[in-house]
Formats: sequence, C-alpha cells, structure tokens
Amino acid sequence: MAIDIQPEVQISGYKAGVNDFALMVATKNGSGSQTSNLVLIRSLFRMGIPVSGKNLFPSNIKGLPTWYTIRASKDGYTARRATTEVTVAFNQDTITEDIANASEGGVLITNKDLKYAVNRTDVTVYELPVKEIMAQAEFPKDFADRIANMSYVGACCFLFDIPLSIAYEALLDQFNGKEKPAKMNHNVIELAYHWAEKNLTKNVAFRFEPMNKTQGKILIEGNDAASLGALFGGVTVVAWYPITPSTSLVDNVMAHMAMRKDPETGKSTVAIVQAEDELAAAGMIVGAGWAGARAMTSTSGPGISLMAEFVGLAYFAEIPCVIWDITRTGPSTGLPTRTSQGDVLALYFLSHGDTRHVVLLPSNAAECFEMGWRAFDLAEGLQTPVFVMSDLDLGMNLWLSDPFVYPDKPISRGKRLDKVELEEFFADKGEWFRFRDYDGDGVPYRTVPGTDHPRAAFFTRGTGHADTALYSERSDDWVQNLTRLHRKFDTARGMVPAPIIDYKASKSIGIISYGSNDPAITEARDKMAADGVETNYLRLRALPINQDVIDFVKKHERVYVIENNFDGQMWQILRTEIPGDTSNMVSLSLGDTLPMTARWVHTRIFQEENK
Amino acid sequence: MSQTTPLKREDYRGNKSTLCPGCGHDSISNQIISVAFELGLPMWKVAKLSGIGCSSKTPAYFLRGSHGFNSVHGRMPSVATGATLANADLIVIGVSGDGDTGSIGFGQYKHAVRRNVPMIYIIENNGVYGLTKGQFSATADEGQFLKYYGKNELPPIDLCLEAVIAGATFVARSFSGDAKQVRSLLKAALAHKGMAVLDIVSPCVTFNNAPDSTKSYPYGEEHEIQLQDIEILAPGYVPDREEITVGDYAEGEIIEVDMHDGTTIRLKKLEKGHDPRNRMEAIRVLQEAERERLLTTGLIYYEEPRDTLPESLNLTPTPLAQLQGNSLRPSKQALDDVMKQYM
Repeated sequence: MAIDIQPEVQISGYKAGVNDFALMVATKNGSGSQTSNLVLIRSLFRMGIPVSGKNLFPSNIKGLPTWYTIRASKDGYTARRATTEVTVAFNQDTITEDIANASEGGVLITNKDLKYAVNRTDVTVYELPVKEIMAQAEFPKDFADRIANMSYVGACCFLFDIPLSIAYEALLDQFNGKEKPAKMNHNVIELAYHWAEKNLTKNVAFRFEPMNKTQGKILIEGNDAASLGALFGGVTVVAWYPITPSTSLVDNVMAHMAMRKDPETGKSTVAIVQAEDELAAAGMIVGAGWAGARAMTSTSGPGISLMAEFVGLAYFAEIPCVIWDITRTGPSTGLPTRTSQGDVLALYFLSHGDTRHVVLLPSNAAECFEMGWRAFDLAEGLQTPVFVMSDLDLGMNLWLSDPFVYPDKPISRGKRLDKVELEEFFADKGEWFRFRDYDGDGVPYRTVPGTDHPRAAFFTRGTGHADTALYSERSDDWVQNLTRLHRKFDTARGMVPAPIIDYKASKSIGIISYGSNDPAITEARDKMAADGVETNYLRLRALPINQDVIDFVKKHERVYVIENNFDGQMWQILRTEIPGDTSNMVSLSLGDTLPMTARWVHTRIFQEENK
Repeated sequence: MSQTTPLKREDYRGNKSTLCPGCGHDSISNQIISVAFELGLPMWKVAKLSGIGCSSKTPAYFLRGSHGFNSVHGRMPSVATGATLANADLIVIGVSGDGDTGSIGFGQYKHAVRRNVPMIYIIENNGVYGLTKGQFSATADEGQFLKYYGKNELPPIDLCLEAVIAGATFVARSFSGDAKQVRSLLKAALAHKGMAVLDIVSPCVTFNNAPDSTKSYPYGEEHEIQLQDIEILAPGYVPDREEITVGDYAEGEIIEVDMHDGTTIRLKKLEKGHDPRNRMEAIRVLQEAERERLLTTGLIYYEEPRDTLPESLNLTPTPLAQLQGNSLRPSKQALDDVMKQYM
C-alpha cells in the first residue's frame, strides 16, 4: 500500500486465503466511495464473517486521495493487515502508484475509463468499463457520479462470492431502511455484477464463504460507543469545539440524546453547547462540574493544549469533569486525519505545577461505552478531571463488538453533600471544611452552589488555600494540600479500571500495551506462539498504575512496552512510576501515523529477541 | 437549618478586602452588599464568579453565604456559562476587570453576551493592570501617559459598545464613586432576565489616578454625565420566568421599564433625553462619549430579553445539577433497543 512504511520481514503465519484477506480501495475523497466501502463491510458482517474497516483519509473534504482497507478474518482478527491482497484502483491521481503497490499474487480491479498502464504480470487484473456499465441504465444526473463507485461493489460481489441479496440488505442498513436510495445503488451493483459474470474469470484464492461468527454482534464506531457511554453515564452538560477526529463523538451524543428526554416534561436532561474554542469548552465544563453537573468535552491534541490551564485549575480546585481525547498525529495541526497515541504523556501531566491525572485507556468499542459511563463516577468520586484517551483508529472506524453491557452499578455522585446530608455531617463531625480529609483517602466532601443551607457556601480558587478553603499563602498549607492530593491519587489507583493480565509463570517475555494496539498484539501473540515464542500480556486500562503492573514488570526477564507513538511515552511513564531497576523494559514504539499491524509487533519482538 | 433571625447588613459581607485603600472596587463590593441586604437576596442561590486580577479578588469580599469561584484570567464567562447550564436557577454575579474582559477574555466576553448567559456581568474598569503593577489595558485612553510605560498610542475598546453590538439586552455604565447610581443599576440588573452588562469605571488609586485619565476619581467626578436619574420600584426579590412586554415609548418626562420580577425601573431623563430602547441611539451616545471624553453613565441600552442560553436549550425545569437516578440513565431496555440498530 502506498503509504505503508512499516518494515517487510520474513515471518510466517500471515498467508491469505478464503475469508482471510484484505481489500484496499483507492478513490478520491468525497466521491461517494465511503458508502460503497461500508456496503462491502456490512455485507461481510451479514455473511457472518469477522470484518473490520479502516479509512485512511486526507485532511480534505473533496478531491484528495483516500484509501479504505477492509479486512475479513475467519479467526476474528481486527487489526490492520500489513498486506492488502485485493486492490481497487479507482483514483486517476494514484492509480499508477496503486498498481505498482498491488500485492504480488493478488488481485487488481481498475476503472478502465482512467488513464494508466498495467505492467504487472504477477497480479490478476480486472478492468471495469464503468461508463459502459453505467450507460446500461438511466440514472438521475445528480446521482450518476456519486453512485458509479457501486460498480466495484458489484464486481467484488461476483468475484468474491457476495450474494446480491446480501448487498441489498447491507444497502438498506446503510440507508436506514430507505428503499429508494438502496434500490438505485443496488441497480449499479447488479449491472456491474452481471457484466463481471459475463466477462471475468474468478480468482478462487480470494473469496468469501458464509460463516456464523457475527451472530449477535454489533458493528459500531468507537466514538459512537463513547457517546452512548456518556448518555448512560448521566452526562448533563457537553461543551465542545469541532476537531477531527473527535467531532463524531459529540455528533453522536446529539443523535442519541432523545433517549435522555424527561418523560414527564418532554424536555432535555442534556445541554450541549458548541463553544467558541476548546478553552471556552474547558471553562464551561469546569463551571458546570463545579455547579453539580456531569460535564464532559471531547477533543483532540490541539484542543488538549488549549485546555491545559483549566485542567490544572480543576485539578487543584477539585472539580469533576470528563475529557475525551481522540488522539491524532501531532503536534499542533500535525496530521489531523492519521492515528497516534502521542498524547498520553501530555495527558498524564497536563498543566503547570504538580499535576497528575487519571487517564482511562479504552481498547475497543465495548470499553469506549463502559469507560464512557464509568468516567463520570470516577470524576465525581475523586473530584478531579478524568481523561479518556481513544484515538482516530478506534474512534472513527467500524469495529465488531459484543452488544454493550448495561452498567453494573447505579450512578454514584461521590462525596457530595446536599442540604440534609450537610446538616447530618455537622451533627456528626461538628464542622465541615471543603478540603479537609475526613476519611483518610484524600477525597474531601463538597457542596454545590444552590444548596439551601447557610453553611454550604465555600470559596473555590486555584490559588493557595488551606483545608478550610480560605485563601492561604502559607507554605505548610500548600504542602499539606499537595500531600493530600497525592493521597487522593493513590486512592485513584484502586478505583480506576484494573489492567487485564494474561500470565503464566513459565513464560519469560512480557508485553505491556494499551488502547487500540490490542488487536495487533492479540494477533501477533497467536502467530508468535505458533512460531514457538510464548508471551504474557498486560493491557493497561488506566493511569495511574496499580501494584499489578509493577509486579508484572518485575516477574519477567524482558517486558516489551508496545505503543503507537514515536517516543515511547508510556514506557517513559512506567519508568517513572515503577521503583527500582526497570532496564528489562524495552520500548517498542511505532508512531508512523497508521494503525499497528500484528506483523510489525511480531517482527519487532523477533528482532529484539534475536539480538 | 432555617434562619431564625433576619440577616443584618454585615451578614452579606465577605472577608476583609486586601485591595489598596481607596480602591474603587471596594466601593462596588459595598454596593453589592447593600443591594443584597436591601432586597433580602437569598445568598445560597447566588454564585459569584471571577477571573484573575484586582477586580477578580473582590467576590471574596462580599456575600459570604454564596458559593464563589475565582477562576482563571479572562475565562470567567465560560465558567459562568457552565454554571448556568448546570443550574439555571442560580443568580450568577460575574466580576471582571478591563484586563480580563477587554484583552485576554475578550472573545469569551462577547460570546457569553451573544449566548445571553443569564448573569450580571460587572466590569470593574480602571484602564490599567493593577496586580502586575501598572501596564495599560485595552480600555486605557489614547494618548494617556503612565510612569513606566509611557504614552498609550492605541484607541480604547469600549466594552459597552462591544456588548451592544454582540446582542446584549441590558448595557449600563456607571462610576464607582456614584454609590446611588451603582446601587440602582445593580438592582435593575438583578431584575433583568438575561445577560446584564455593567461597566463600572473604578479608578485605580495606585497606578492610574492621574487627573487626565477618564478612569480616575478627579476626572470621573468632573466629567460624569448621567443619562437618567434611575429610580427602582422593587417589590422584593421574586424570581419570575414569565415574559414581559414593554409598551411603546411615549414622549414624556419619565420612561418606565417593567422587569421580569415585577420591578419597575423609572428613568427620569436628564438633559440628554436618552431612550435606552433605541439601539442606534445607544451606539451614538457611546461614540459621542469617547469622542468628547465624557464619562456618560446610566442605562445605555435595554431591550426585551430574548431567550437565555438555558432556555434556548429546552432543558428540564429541574436544574440539571439536581437530576437523579432514572433521569440520568436510560433503562436497560433502551440500551438493548439501541444495540439492535447496530446488529
């Protein structure tokens, strides 16, 4: 593939076959190809074949090249496949490059109307006369160009054995059950199918066979899952500023928010405000969190930079709020439409002064949902900002998932005293001070504005304060406060989602990773095991770390910390957090703007092990 | 815990001020205390917010029974916006300065006005940065001299004019030395439904009390032109969300404006004959004041308030901050139903 710079290696276990190969579709951004690609994905899903799709798109609305990869995997692997056995070359600007990059022994489908020359004898070439196919029927002029891309769907249906009836069902899924657009698009698919049937010979190495591996599963984008998590987590205030790749998270909150209408009044229990910038969005959620709302925002790296001052204020003023960071390749504008895990170090320490933050690290759509609701309980439970770090790959691509599990515990508002509870607190303790540690866990008790009690009020400031909340410039007050905040952070270690650990004492190699790398690591571990190299695996689901992580590192000869940023940021955090000698931890960091492949993980570990 | 004895004026005070003796800001805090006492304002319902600067320290010096939030420089408007979303029943008093509002937080100021965030937005305007020891602010007069920074070559930003242009429905200017007018305007602002902007020229006795500065005591006392004599007929503080209408303005000596809580403001016109319901006239008066270096005070602009931000979002009558249980989490059935859409 044209933009793949990951290393080619000699390792086994990645051969393609029936229900086990990838398609790469090269088109122009904004040409309607997204619908064609989603129809292919939904068709495979309906055939019961585990499927995943990744859109590698430009920062552009229309015209620049875009590559969409679709992977079918009978074994259920959803990581990006390093090779794409089928290339659909439908973009004049990249067709020469796409032909040159087609996989050896693979299949190449071109639009015959484009200008190009095929000089490959090692691939099977199918040339589709798109104009000729489209000329067989009358299409409304406005739609003809946009639906012409359905012709490669039709050709793929014939060549790889996708039933036409399944493609039609997939179209209905895509158009929310609307028959008119589904029929018009299906007409193109049928014409291309029949043309292919008459004129082409199938390459039997690559085809699809029905399975039953998607029964009861869902297909959903991570950002959509996150939006549902927020709504089931009781979000009441969303303030945001549009930024790729996080925008679809709030878009989906809006799409689903009807489920949060108050049944009695028909009014909304969620306020959504598009702020003037990320700085104002952060200010709004801090103000809302202070005043008792479950407040959140969603952004990406540049927005995180702008929110840094407010995050520090919220940390020190102990105000709950939830911040989703759908990371992209940075810094600054960077590569806004490419994935990365480059914000983890910044999030952990965001703002000036001595700040450390809770960062949740979902790996899949189900965790985007789960952490989506848990984040609010944690933020209110700890009275602090909580980050949830997803990324472009997880957030904006479609993932196969089990249906989401309903929250297993009721909404918890933490140590928040209403009028009656405050009165009881006074009766019990004889006092109440906002920042006093009554329980020894570092988490104080708070009230919110509008509490009808003459002693509920306190003054919130980012500046120095004693545990009475009164202004103080005394160094002992300052130190006492920071010491309590450390205690609170230690409390957080036991409250955040624990790591998922797969461990056997007999294995000497450990892997630590997090987030959207999980599919690549899971697949690589299977393939490495088949090659005789067994590994243990700890998947971090949050910062700060707990003792399990320290023990895991100590129990292995070598631990590979695998992540998708260039500088090995989590490796750096673990080196800081884990006491003693950590020279057995090896950083394997990618950061090439693309989702990680199993082949890269496999190769890198083998390279290190063979040193 | 109920109040058994009526509150006294000193109950509405806050901590002792740490500002310079004679600071105009302390005078404004005192008027807030007086007005709250006179109206019997329920302090528990008030949220007082500020940014950073001398002015932003003041919420600690009034209404000790109210939650206060000294936030970050220039960003009080967004924090106040969030607070009103969480709880639209709060009486929000924002205090800001000319550095906060005219420079670092200028964008937030204009957007909060544009959104009609329901709050009183007080700017304690002295044309100078006090806490960092006397730099020019964006409201400083063109051609003015300061000891270390020399001559100000830039024209001032008129924060009232900016509010009118951004869609404010209540814009007033006053002078901290004019206690009676400040009190009247505070009462009127409290009775207003949406964003009420109150730009109060408040001389800095330490860094900017030169007689040639329009933001000094000597200048203010000499050049203040009052647009109206304001009389407030308040029935007591009764929050009311009903729509009100303002009848056509008839020529005459007195303009009466009915506010949402039943309060009536009587504007006795002085020689200027200013009608605050005329937007072009408001802009003209402000531009004339700048041109002639007048401190023109009073209710400059008023219009029937449009929907506030929480109103336009069609939120539940129960403040979002007080929703519980089922209002916050849809049922398991709702999750199962939505999951089916993805199968």
